[in-house]
Amino acid sequence: MLWAKARTTIELKSMFRIDQYFAPNQQALQLRNTRMELISQNIANAATPNYRARDIDFSASMTAANQKFGMSLTQSKHIDAIGSAGASTEATLVYRVPLNPSLDNNTVEIGVEQAKFGRAAAEYQASLQFLENRISSMRKALRGE
Amino acid sequence: MSLDRIMDIAGSGLNAQLVRMNTTASNIANSGVVSGSAAEAFRGKRPVFQTILDQTMSQANSQANGGVRVDRIIDDKRPLKEIYNPSHPLASESGYVWGSNVNEVEEMIDMLDSSRGYQNNVEVIKTAKDLMLRTLEISKA
Repeated sequence: MLWAKARTTIELKSMFRIDQYFAPNQQALQLRNTRMELISQNIANAATPNYRARDIDFSASMTAANQKFGMSLTQSKHIDAIGSAGASTEATLVYRVPLNPSLDNNTVEIGVEQAKFGRAAAEYQASLQFLENRISSMRKALRGE
Repeated sequence: MSLDRIMDIAGSGLNAQLVRMNTTASNIANSGVVSGSAAEAFRGKRPVFQTILDQTMSQANSQANGGVRVDRIIDDKRPLKEIYNPSHPLASESGYVWGSNVNEVEEMIDMLDSSRGYQNNVEVIKTAKDLMLRTLEISKA
């Protein structure tokens, strides 16, 4: 019985490790997705009066996420937050500063948004590729070939 | 993963731009209409866009905006064309008919603008679809 119990604990622990192994990539992907969502909102509201274009402060959001996952433990007394993966993404939202003011107080500049959207899509693909690489390397390790 | 939310947002944009194109078409079609009184005369129609505020996004540190919808359609307030034409069957006792206040040049520009907005949203949907399919392939990694 005791042996069985010990075995479950080990399995559980390693489960959490796999979880944490993928956590940063998952977090990044989620943030990229939120960013694309916001930019698509900006594009959809390109002709809405008084609409303020928004975006994500990606580096601030990622730093916050990393802290939540206990990746940046700068002191020995910091608690490692294992197992908190899968929590909701909290993105740091900022307003875009327009290059030119417009008559109807709308701060969407469609060219800027298109460029940002294209880049966000590319970044999403990059994050996806990183995650895929991690998954395939994990598979290789599990197979033990 | 909520790439489908992007589709919803861009879809709302498509819908709003389509309403705008419809009002433009109606304005252009009715630009030559004349009537016997100022009250009956055709006035240009303009849709007013409004952002749909989303509850689900408000849990983050501040309220984010959602898609777009047509709040209401208003009449153009500019003065009507008063045309003196006593031989017109609809002419008033003083011999005037009232034409619409639609400016065709402005309508054409408005149509171009909304068609560009429509195309932008179509591109967004296309990109989101590609990324969605690409994300589905994650299981093959």
